[in-house]
Amino acid sequence: MTTELHSQWIPIASSSDLPLRHVYQAKLLGREFAVWRADDGYVNIWENRCLHRGVRLSIGINDGRELKCQYHGWRYANRTAGCTYIPAHPADAPARTICNNTYPAQEAHGLVWCGEQAVGEIPALDGFETATTLRPIPINAPRDFVIEALTCYSMADGCAGLVNEDGSVTVTAGDGSAVRLFVQPCDSNHSVIRGVVNRAAQGADHIALLRTHSQALSALRRKIEAQAAQLEALEPMSAPIGRVAEDLVDIPAASTDGRNADLRVQVAAKERTAEGIVSLRLEPLTGSRLPTFQPGAHIDVHLQNGLVRQYSLTNGPGETDHYTIGVKREPDSRGGSTAIHDSVQKGDVLAISVPRNNFPLRRDAVNTIFVAGGIGVTPLLSMARTLNSQNLGFEFHYFVQSDEHVAFKQAIGEFEQAASLHKGLSPDETVAVLRKVLAEPGHARHIYICGPGPMLEAARQVASNCGWSDEAVHFEYFKNTVELDDSNSFEIDLARSAVTLTVPAGQTILEVLRENGINMGSSCEQGACGTCRCGVIEGDVLHQDVYLSDSEKAEGKSIMTCVSRAKSDRLILDI
Amino acid sequence: MTCDNKILLNDWHVVAEADLLAFGDVQRTVLFEEPVYVSRDEDGGITVRRNTADGAKLPLQEKYGFIWTCLGAPERDIIHVPEAFEPDRYLVSGGSFGVKVSGLRVVENFLDMGHFPFVHTGWLGEEPHTEVQPYEVELTKDDEIIASECYFYQPQASPTAEGGIMVEYTYRVYRPYTVALYKTNPTYPDRNDYIVLFVQPVGPEDCIVHPYLCYVKDGMEEDTLRWFMQLIFAQDKPILENQIPRKLPLDPRAETPIRADKVAILYRRWLRDHQVTFGTLPAVA
Repeated sequence: MTTELHSQWIPIASSSDLPLRHVYQAKLLGREFAVWRADDGYVNIWENRCLHRGVRLSIGINDGRELKCQYHGWRYANRTAGCTYIPAHPADAPARTICNNTYPAQEAHGLVWCGEQAVGEIPALDGFETATTLRPIPINAPRDFVIEALTCYSMADGCAGLVNEDGSVTVTAGDGSAVRLFVQPCDSNHSVIRGVVNRAAQGADHIALLRTHSQALSALRRKIEAQAAQLEALEPMSAPIGRVAEDLVDIPAASTDGRNADLRVQVAAKERTAEGIVSLRLEPLTGSRLPTFQPGAHIDVHLQNGLVRQYSLTNGPGETDHYTIGVKREPDSRGGSTAIHDSVQKGDVLAISVPRNNFPLRRDAVNTIFVAGGIGVTPLLSMARTLNSQNLGFEFHYFVQSDEHVAFKQAIGEFEQAASLHKGLSPDETVAVLRKVLAEPGHARHIYICGPGPMLEAARQVASNCGWSDEAVHFEYFKNTVELDDSNSFEIDLARSAVTLTVPAGQTILEVLRENGINMGSSCEQGACGTCRCGVIEGDVLHQDVYLSDSEKAEGKSIMTCVSRAKSDRLILDI
Repeated sequence: MTCDNKILLNDWHVVAEADLLAFGDVQRTVLFEEPVYVSRDEDGGITVRRNTADGAKLPLQEKYGFIWTCLGAPERDIIHVPEAFEPDRYLVSGGSFGVKVSGLRVVENFLDMGHFPFVHTGWLGEEPHTEVQPYEVELTKDDEIIASECYFYQPQASPTAEGGIMVEYTYRVYRPYTVALYKTNPTYPDRNDYIVLFVQPVGPEDCIVHPYLCYVKDGMEEDTLRWFMQLIFAQDKPILENQIPRKLPLDPRAETPIRADKVAILYRRWLRDHQVTFGTLPAVA
């Protein structure tokens, strides 16, 4: 039942009830709250039950950013109360929005204010600009009964009390001292008196002031409780528990989209390695070995919010007891990098794919030039560390905004003599540097480029202008920004299985293959990583990926099945 | 008494542990909100009576070391536990625990592996081994729920287990208030240890749990076994008593299930199909 009181701001706790990393249990109009302050100061007032099995969140753990349920370790984010982690399903937990009920919160006058449907402003406390917050006095009596009794409250000579519009009571003494008393209705027969006095006090004076009121209010409390015991007890208030969203009823099916997350790793460390970039050290749950990787390899990380993201390993050769990845917070993140920055924590279990390498490193070059831009440094770091340990010649050019943006400084320190940092260059200045760096193509010389799209394009262009052959220029895009056209319909013949399938408009080759039970590996599914590459035996390909080089595209012998299509009516694929 | 569920009233329920009922002793307990007196006279004879003026006698059985009664007309016998008749097993009561929550919540907790690393840390589970693998659930033709192929990594699965092992469980719900598990014996991988909970419904939000263990003796001490059960249950109790609401909600939209809860989902549906209203909150139409 909703009453006028539900739309009022009412104090439910003292600010001092929310010390660092504590969770406070409060109650208002029959509803329990878990009240906790995050390390950023934000005060959260949530329904006091985990959405999973109803366990009180007030017995949970406040880690400063999230509240963790004691029962199954579900974690809920500061501010939004959205569930960020379900340990029972580290691989594929909900691509669903599981969100606890939150209630409006304000903090003022040393009190925390709430109202299930609070509107408007908290009561103005004119004349209480400098104030002292009293200790709360719980009382077993109905709110209205307490309010009435409080008008007779007396802490000094000549006290007069009056009830304010908001139901609070102001008591003014002859000497001008005043106290404003708010009554928090926890339940029908349970209230808490929360008071504010109109003067600040320090040290012994402060203690004395609190004591005076605690004693006077306690005396009044005994009187009120004795009278209230004579009243007919009211029915407890009911605070109906809301139903969860309809789409949460059905258990989500295990992920079947073919992007396997066969490995479980634990986040052993999460560190800020540069401005806006965190590094994660991932270790096996048992034992001390992870599958072998090659320099340039990436893993798929299956996030709790259902997203799958690709990150390159930065490991040096032989480091198979852990994987290290670097993740940049993307300003236009669709939830991947944000989840890693804000939600993933040390100790979490992550589901990842085995490493795949679609960006292989040749080790037969007499000289290798690495061109890294921003977070594009990650795969090149692994490559450079490999060449360095084999004493193979290379140059490492790292383009960054500023010193603050240099990630993985320690790893780069391993090959300091080969590394050149280029800081804060404009696009034109970058091109000028690249012209010098890439000036000398030659036999057994190779370039590896990874970085943001425009920088990568520029580097490829410079390399081409300088006379580098396509085969010597290796690159990896983060993402495909090509505008995809999926409007045509065509047929695919699968040469090895003698099957013909139709790819309709709006569907990809990859999707059609999967629908027909052909499990094609994939990773980024946007034409950037190269995992779903497939041989083409016949037919013209409409390339829409950024993985294949121009000469590979012209040759037409490969297709990225996640984005590319047929130009002709049919393609014969080598599957 | 507010319970009018025939499936519950016409069934046998534990009301006392026989060993703890001394000669000349009278114990008061509560079953379905009704006071019940269990007594043993000086000759050892046991009676169970209602709290009525005439002290009407109730039906009585002594089995598995417990005293059982029925407030209605018994429609089926107490469950048969073959493990309790194998001579090389300890047959141990785990002690009787009062828990201020619906007994059906206790059963559901017993069926749950996901809480092991968080509630039974270092014993039945340990972070980061938190994943609940897919398992099989079925409703048998005998109207029992069986969850099988339940695997979970446990650092100390039993008092005798040394080091972490992957343990296989089979869960079995016999009746609304009776649930058991079969668990790989760490010494004899081809044999199962067996634990059954006989939950005594005191009220809709109040129960007494009587665990009964049938454990292979070899490599185990009887008192260690009892201690282990009590440790585990003492870890569950504060969590169970902090569940809101205390009754088990049968509305599919009351709480948020995940795949690991497959067996719990079937249990709730099964209670709904059997119109169990005592200790539950009904589904919203």
